[in-house]
Amino acid sequence: MTSPDAHVVIVGAGHAGGTLAALLRQYGHAGPVTLVGEEPIPPYQRPPLSKAWLKGEADAESLALKPLEFYAENRIDFRPSVRAERINRQRKVLALSDGTELAYDFLVLATGARPIRLPIPGADLEGILELRTAADAEALKGALGPGRTMAVVGGGYIGLEAAASARALGAEAVVLEREPRILARVAGEVLSSFFRTLHEGHGVRFLTGASVTGFRGEGGKVTGVELADGRVIACDLALVGVGAVPNQELAQDAGLAVNRGVVVDLEARTSDPSIFAIGDVTLRPMPIYGRDFRMESVPNALEQAKQAACAITGRPAPAGETPWQWSDQYDIKLQIAGYNFDSDQTLVRGDPASGRFAIFHLQGDKVQAVEAINSPPEFMMGRQLIGSRRPVDKQRLADPSISMKEVAAA
Amino acid sequence: MAKITFIQHDGTEHVHDGKTGLSVMEVAVKNNVPGIDADCGGACACATCHVYVDAAWLEKTGDKTAMEESMLDFAEGVEPNSRLSCQIKVTDSLDGIVVRLPESQH
Repeated sequence: MTSPDAHVVIVGAGHAGGTLAALLRQYGHAGPVTLVGEEPIPPYQRPPLSKAWLKGEADAESLALKPLEFYAENRIDFRPSVRAERINRQRKVLALSDGTELAYDFLVLATGARPIRLPIPGADLEGILELRTAADAEALKGALGPGRTMAVVGGGYIGLEAAASARALGAEAVVLEREPRILARVAGEVLSSFFRTLHEGHGVRFLTGASVTGFRGEGGKVTGVELADGRVIACDLALVGVGAVPNQELAQDAGLAVNRGVVVDLEARTSDPSIFAIGDVTLRPMPIYGRDFRMESVPNALEQAKQAACAITGRPAPAGETPWQWSDQYDIKLQIAGYNFDSDQTLVRGDPASGRFAIFHLQGDKVQAVEAINSPPEFMMGRQLIGSRRPVDKQRLADPSISMKEVAAA
Repeated sequence: MAKITFIQHDGTEHVHDGKTGLSVMEVAVKNNVPGIDADCGGACACATCHVYVDAAWLEKTGDKTAMEESMLDFAEGVEPNSRLSCQIKVTDSLDGIVVRLPESQH
């Protein structure tokens, strides 16, 4: 199956694709590697775009996964500003938007996800922004500043991180959330309420149960967001962060198995053995939870890049990892391990008012997920407990005077 | 600028120049040094850039924050000279520093 001369073509030069290209060389793959990306710049880290970078605490160079010269030095043919148009699986050829074709032995789809755009009146006004790419972040940073008001449509992590950064830049922020609470899709009630209080303390305003029906504008520029109840929230810019959909069309058109994402196995292989898929675009098995799902996170992108690199270079598959993610807002570091599936109990360790606590989601006496606020021990130990499926003593877990090491050892 | 020697667990050495202001982790990652994963990119959120600092250099790398201390406490194979390399900033005084990498970051 593997061949040292195999040509690996990677579609998508994001965190997953860029990491895979570098790993192939680390693992000794000798054949040609081509990395195709739609953006004009080499792979970079997206998480800081709503955090440190937006606040001006990180520069473009620090965002780059590798310096530009890395690609040539490592014989990685990096092709920016070009889109993959079609896969011909019979001929094993990828057609690009510049009219050229690339013959592949292995093709890897790392096409990511794209922000959902609201199909509502006024959505094409100037000043309505989204945050996915470095170019999006440049536009957002340029629009923020003292005296400006940003309306955030969608109270998810992207919107909240951007709101925190906006406040740091002296701008006003108002978050509009359709559900009765922020973070409704991704976090429990305790965490939602903690983050709302935190942001309110920093001057962010919230409207929940607020269904956005349109944007108002003047001279082609956005001036307000229209709600279903008739209210209009004035703003100078609006950031829409209401989720993302996988860029799976290339795979779908080629007849690969697709189901809310490109379906892959634990080697990151699609239904075609010569084609892999990694990162946000995939629907992947999660053995700890006995189900398949699609994750939008850097750790997932890195894990799947390792899986594909191992499969392509003939290494044994890497051990499974417990999924995790993080967020920084003001002086709060949130670390989440696992996913809250099938839990029957929520247990809070520590006092939320202290700004240091952790929320454990349990199924019986097993930890399914943990959300840790400025609490690395709870995160690190919780992550291990989720992976090991070892039972815990719930009373001891709820008692912050007993250290996490002692809780886990019991 | 500082010359940094990374020694992989199997003994393979990698020597790279680190620019002042970068972290030791960034120098490793940008040069594709195997054995430093740095999943979170330097946010002190994952403990996958764990290194052992040679004794002679430990003091010059500065103090650990409470967050780093706390993350390290739960990493595998932690020794008194363990550091998270994303929290060590490159300065001229680190010229010649040697760091060793653990067998695994996970």
